[in-house]
Amino acid sequence: MSDSVKLMDVSIWRGDATGGAYEHFEVPAQESQTILDVVSWVQQNQDTNLSYRYACRVGMCGSCAMMVNGTPRWTCRTHVKKVLDGNKLTVAPLRNLPVIKDLATDMDPFFDKWVEAEGVHHPSKTRDGAIELIDPENSARVEANTGIECINCSICYAACDTVAGNTDYLGPAALQRAWTLYNDTRDDDKQVILDAVSGKGGCHNCHSQGSCSVHCPNDLNPMKAIAGLKRATAMSFLKRGN
Amino acid sequence: MLDIRLYMLQRLSALFMGPFVLVHLGVMIYAIQGGLSTAEILGRTQGSVYWFLFYATFVIAVSVHSAIGLRVIVHELLGLKGFALSTLTWSICVILLFMGGRAVTAVTML
Repeated sequence: MSDSVKLMDVSIWRGDATGGAYEHFEVPAQESQTILDVVSWVQQNQDTNLSYRYACRVGMCGSCAMMVNGTPRWTCRTHVKKVLDGNKLTVAPLRNLPVIKDLATDMDPFFDKWVEAEGVHHPSKTRDGAIELIDPENSARVEANTGIECINCSICYAACDTVAGNTDYLGPAALQRAWTLYNDTRDDDKQVILDAVSGKGGCHNCHSQGSCSVHCPNDLNPMKAIAGLKRATAMSFLKRGN
Repeated sequence: MLDIRLYMLQRLSALFMGPFVLVHLGVMIYAIQGGLSTAEILGRTQGSVYWFLFYATFVIAVSVHSAIGLRVIVHELLGLKGFALSTLTWSICVILLFMGGRAVTAVTML
């Protein structure tokens, strides 16, 4: 390594579900370098056994989220210069999810909760029916549109202190998905959505701390979606009495 | 852990507590302006059905609200759940009802 190349002090968490520790690497700094570039450089040049997950590298697939200096971030779109602490970088697997190996977490609990929150479409028509015209100016459609750019990266789930303290809590992404479907005029079973988010792990556990909205890489606002679900479920409760 | 039923109970109890706290503080400030003694205050509250109903409802709202709030804190900080968490929730509610009930009867009963 040339003396003129600046080296960064990078700590990467190594281990599995049984435990682990940080391992230190010296990584050459480059212009326009992302955290994913740093991790990839270590895997390609220092330790081929390093496990991590990525796919698109352009912020669309939601695969590469990790904890960077203690903050959940999409690593393919996070520039090193933005987060470098002095000359140090710390990269760890996403919080609130079980670790498979090194930086790769088991996403099953995150996606299972999407299903639990009824984050699935409940069609009102069959494939044989006419295509339903949707008014893009409709207020419900406008509200639904605020959540559809979610890339399922689990950054909000990792940022959420309520998930950390309450493993049953469905989490911001699943609840935002439920709110999106609730506002979708094509969805034909809104009550089943409200019932799904009213259980012991439902939207009412949210403390509105807002970490989900602060850290969402796509600038979505899951906290607002959860507030919407709280209003809708409360109105439903007052009407139905349960 | 906090389902819609407990959430609504906590919100509705808070809805009651808001005006109760304001009236309670307002009456306290008003009562001491003229230098009322303890005996004079008790003379006004003891035997009053209205003050009994006011503070009895206040105590019920506080007991329900606090028990549910502490339930959430204990679950998230200590990981308590299931039967143990429900027992703790009910115990806090009953203890607060008992203590508050004693105070209300002492101040409003003849």
